[in-house]
Formats: sequence, structure tokens, C-alpha cells
Amino acid sequence: MGGWAIAVHGGAGVDPNLPLQRQEQAKQLLTRCLNLGISALNSNLSAIDVVELVVRELETDPLFNSGRGSALTEKGTVEMEASIMDGPKRRCGAVSGLTTVKNPISLARLVMEKSPHSYLAFSGAEDFARQQGVEVVDNEYFITPENVGMLKLAKEANAILFDYRIPNGCETTCGANVESPLHMNGLPISVYAPETVGCVVVDREGRCAAATSTGGLMNKMTGRIGDSPLIGSGTYACDLCGVSCTGEGEAIIRATLAREVAAVMEYRGLGLQEAVDFCIKTRLDDGKAGLIAVSKNGEVAYGFNCNGMFRGCATENGFMEVGIWE
Amino acid sequence: MGWAIALHGGAGDIPLSLPLESRQPREEALRRCLQIGVEALKAKKPSLDVVELVVRELENIPQFNAGKGSVLTNKGTVEMEASIMDGSTKNCGAVSGLKTVVNAVSLARLVMEKTPHVYLAFDGAEEFAKEQGIETADSSHFITAENVERLKQANEAHRVQLDYTQPLQNGSKEERPNANGDVQLGTVGCVSVDSYGNLAAATSTGGLVNKRVGRIGDSPIIGAGTYASELCAVSCTGKGEAILCATVARDVAAMMEFKGVPLEEAASYVIHECMPKGTAGLVAVSAAGEVAMPYNTTGMFRACATEDGYSEVAI
Repeated sequence: MGGWAIAVHGGAGVDPNLPLQRQEQAKQLLTRCLNLGISALNSNLSAIDVVELVVRELETDPLFNSGRGSALTEKGTVEMEASIMDGPKRRCGAVSGLTTVKNPISLARLVMEKSPHSYLAFSGAEDFARQQGVEVVDNEYFITPENVGMLKLAKEANAILFDYRIPNGCETTCGANVESPLHMNGLPISVYAPETVGCVVVDREGRCAAATSTGGLMNKMTGRIGDSPLIGSGTYACDLCGVSCTGEGEAIIRATLAREVAAVMEYRGLGLQEAVDFCIKTRLDDGKAGLIAVSKNGEVAYGFNCNGMFRGCATENGFMEVGIWE
Repeated sequence: MGWAIALHGGAGDIPLSLPLESRQPREEALRRCLQIGVEALKAKKPSLDVVELVVRELENIPQFNAGKGSVLTNKGTVEMEASIMDGSTKNCGAVSGLKTVVNAVSLARLVMEKTPHVYLAFDGAEEFAKEQGIETADSSHFITAENVERLKQANEAHRVQLDYTQPLQNGSKEERPNANGDVQLGTVGCVSVDSYGNLAAATSTGGLVNKRVGRIGDSPIIGAGTYASELCAVSCTGKGEAILCATVARDVAAMMEFKGVPLEEAASYVIHECMPKGTAGLVAVSAAGEVAMPYNTTGMFRACATEDGYSEVAI
């Protein structure tokens, strides 16, 4: 056995003009979360406990697009979703459409462990949250002034777009100070906020787990569900590995990306990094996405086909890395 | 090569002694839906149109657990969900939590074609339905006396009931092999490959009897209940939670793609080796015009036909 390994991400698809200060903040947050996970692993907590605990930290910090700091719907509200999967028995839990639950990932875990179901959404999920006594707050708690500003920009950008996908390099952006020509899901990357968060872990016993959480797409239609709560798309874990994805939701769903990594390992016998590279290179077509993964042998890998992904990874033998760019 | 089509009306612990008045309408319905699909394929309609057409028909039949005839939530309401996928483009659409939309599969298709999203649910989906002008009806259209009875019994037994075939007769619980007395649930679905080799899959359901409001199953989840690629198209039915965690539909396609295994073998392996007994069934077609309909429950309402003249309706 290879010892424990952990990876975290804060989203794939990064504005190349991201101010340095913001880059620093992101790296600090990733480092902090990584260290949290590392302590837990050194204390022999199981993979499923570690992924939940790390994602809770990412949700609580307003920097990335999950929990507090979530992207806003077209109505200016927050609707959060998350999923978690425990490799050894392939148990899973998912939630969507949360508006008051402080830590969506924990509710997803409760769905997995305390309900006869695997996926609860909207008012049903909110009711379940209250029954379980998880911490709930007003919807306003999750909304940050920064995202209110982003929503405005996104609406302006969409007013000009006819097609929700603009090819890279197109200069007809909105008039709102957006210089970068990079687009994802039809929005200039600086307003897109693809910063879904996730964590994958393999513990000392070789058990893998994965968790993903997000506020979703900026300016999304209310009721829109992305890839993050979908088992097999945004999140997957089995005996062999744990995977969490981020990026353009539609591309990830069409590719059932998380499951794909595990499937090529299982059916083609590819190693972890090979499987990750294969999926990123060949399964996404025009879609932009990234993912983090761990294998039961204590390996960690990541890949992305866009210009950056907020990520951090560490293994028990002392390796540790936090990065944004290629 | 040539076209092929398969459809299902749910897998479950269908009693071997299912009374004639339960069997007949369902067999008739399967036959009728099969005919509709076959006619469409003969008329060279593309797979995506065919699967939508057939699933719409199945949704309108009150004996199956989708659209009209959907089972009820723990609050006595209906919450319907569906998904559809186009194998050649991998475009997909899904909806959940519908209360008034008469044909969930058609709304899923509209999500795929008319929005930048893949999946819409609950109020957001209902709003979209209104904007699109799709046919809606109030709950009385969907709720049947049979399902009201099933909910009552499930409540009395304090369990989420999975059987959709018939409400329990007093004292007939022993028939089920499952330890906890729950019986398997139905859903409807259709897969087809057209004369051009294009594949498509669609699945639609009311979910589990006495499910919590807000519970989503496998049917609207791409990769779990529905999947289509250039190799095959798959639609699943059974215990949603199990199908979701095992990403059944995607697994069949993945085995074909990565292990080079033929359709029948892949489908059989996933159902019989990967899923706990009594939890799942599926219908699948391959680009080469083959059909597979494995299930590990006592029965599965199903029908299929291929261009070379083969056809089958069975339980």
C-alpha cells in the first residue's frame, strides 16, 4: 500500500488576469485545506470523513464558488448542490437546490447515511436538513457583494450573446471592463466563476472517497442542476480511485467524466495519471474542464484542458504542491 | 445492421401469478408502444424522435409508473422525472420534480435543445415548461386510485414501497423474496438505433412509492438510468439508489468501449455480476442492431423488435 494521498481543487478555468492578491489568497486557502486534510489523515480518520471535513472548510470560506461565496442564479439567489461518494461500498449521497444549509456537503453525507435515498433536492432536501438538525442560515448569508457585481456583468454579457458558447478569441465581449477573450459556458471567464470545490482522498487503509460542492453557474436559471451533484459526472469513487471534477457542467455530464477515469482504469488497466490524461484529452471534445483524482495505491493526479485550475495535492511520503497554472 | 428498438415498463418482483386483469392491459400497452416505435423507424425517423415518441406513449398509460399513473410521494403528490440522450452527439437533457407537465420526456428534450443547461428541476423546470408552452395538467390527471392505495399501504407498513405492479392483497406479502418485504419499482424507457446507425435512449418515471418529497432517483441521471453513445443506448429500471451508485447505463457502454465486449455480454455482466439481486433491469441496443434486455428481478415488462423481423413482448 502506498500510504495516504489527498487532493483539493477550487475550480478549473482561471482568468489569466486574476489579480496577484487573489491568486495568493487562493493558494493560502488551498494550503490551509490541504493541511487540515493531512492532519486528519495522520490521525487515521477515514477517507470519507476527511473529504467531508475539507470540503466543509472550502464551503465556509467565501473565496470559491461553494457555500458562502456561491455564484448567483438569474434571480440573485443562491442554490447550492453537492455530492459525496464512499469508494469501498460505492455508497453515495447528493443534494441540489439548497438555499439555507450552511454546509451542503454534510447534508449530502446525511442523505447517504440517514435516508433511504441517494439524492434529495430543493424543498425536500431543505425539510430533511431541518429534520436532521443541520445548521441553517438565511440565503443572504451565502451572497457576497463580489458575486452580486459578477451577476450584473454576467447579465450584461448574456444580453449580447446569441449563442451561449463563444469560441475562444472572440472579441465581442460585454462593455463591462472585461479584457480577457477567454470564455466558458458563454461567459467571459472573469465573471464565469467556475470555482466549484472538491476533495479526493485515499486513506492509509486504501479506501478512496470523493466530494464536490458548488453554487453552480453564474446567472443560471433557477432549478438548473450541474454536474457537481451527479454521481458519475462530477463525483465518483470506487475501490480503485476517487475523482472530483470541475469546469463546464454540460461537458462533464456528457462525458460522465468522473466515472470515465475509473472505467479506463478498471476496463483498460490504465494507471491513475494515464487515465486522467486520457480522459482530459479525449473525452471532453470542445468542453473545458479539470479534475483531481487519487488511487487506492496512494497516488494522486490532476489534469485540466483549460488555462488553469486551483489545486493542491499531497502524499504521505512528503510530497506537497499547490498551484493554479499549468 | 438495421434498426432495432427495445422498451420497458419496469423491472420488479412481478408475481409469477400476476392476475390476468393486470397482465393483459400492460402487455397490450407494450405491444402498442412497440408498434408505434417500429412504424416510426420504418418511416426513417431518427432515434431521438423515436425514443421520445414511445416514452410519451408510455407516460400516457396509467398502468406504468410514469406521467399518468406515477406513484406518489410521502405527501400524496406526484414528482416526475426523465432524461433523454442522443448517442451521436452525446447531447442530453433531464428534468426532475415535475408536478404538472404531462410528458416529462418532452420537457427533458426541450431542456437539451432550448437551454444552455442539461438538467432543470422543480420550480425552475415548471417555469421553463410554462415558457415553452408545453402541455400541462393538474395533479388529478396523473394520480390514479391504484397509486393512492399503494401509498396508503406503504404508509401502513412504514416503508418506501418499491413494487408498482399491484397493491398488496392482504396476506400476500410472503411472495416477495426480499427480506424487508419491499418489491421492485417500475419506470418506463426506450432505446433505439435507426437506419442510419444513430442511437438514443430515454427514461421517465414517477419514482418510488412514498418517497420523500425532493427525492431524485436514477432515471434523470445521465450515466445512471440513461445513456447513449455511438456504440449503444441503455435505459435502466429498478432500485434507483443502487443504479445511481453503480452508474449502470454508463457501465454497459464503458465495457463495450474499453473492453471490446459485445452488447449482450456487457449488459448481462453489469446486471448479474455488479448489481445486488432484485435491484435492476435494463434494455439496450447496439449500433449493430442487437438487443439485450437483462434483469435480475423476477420480471421486467419489456418489448423489442429488430429490422430482420424479430419481435418480442414479455414479462
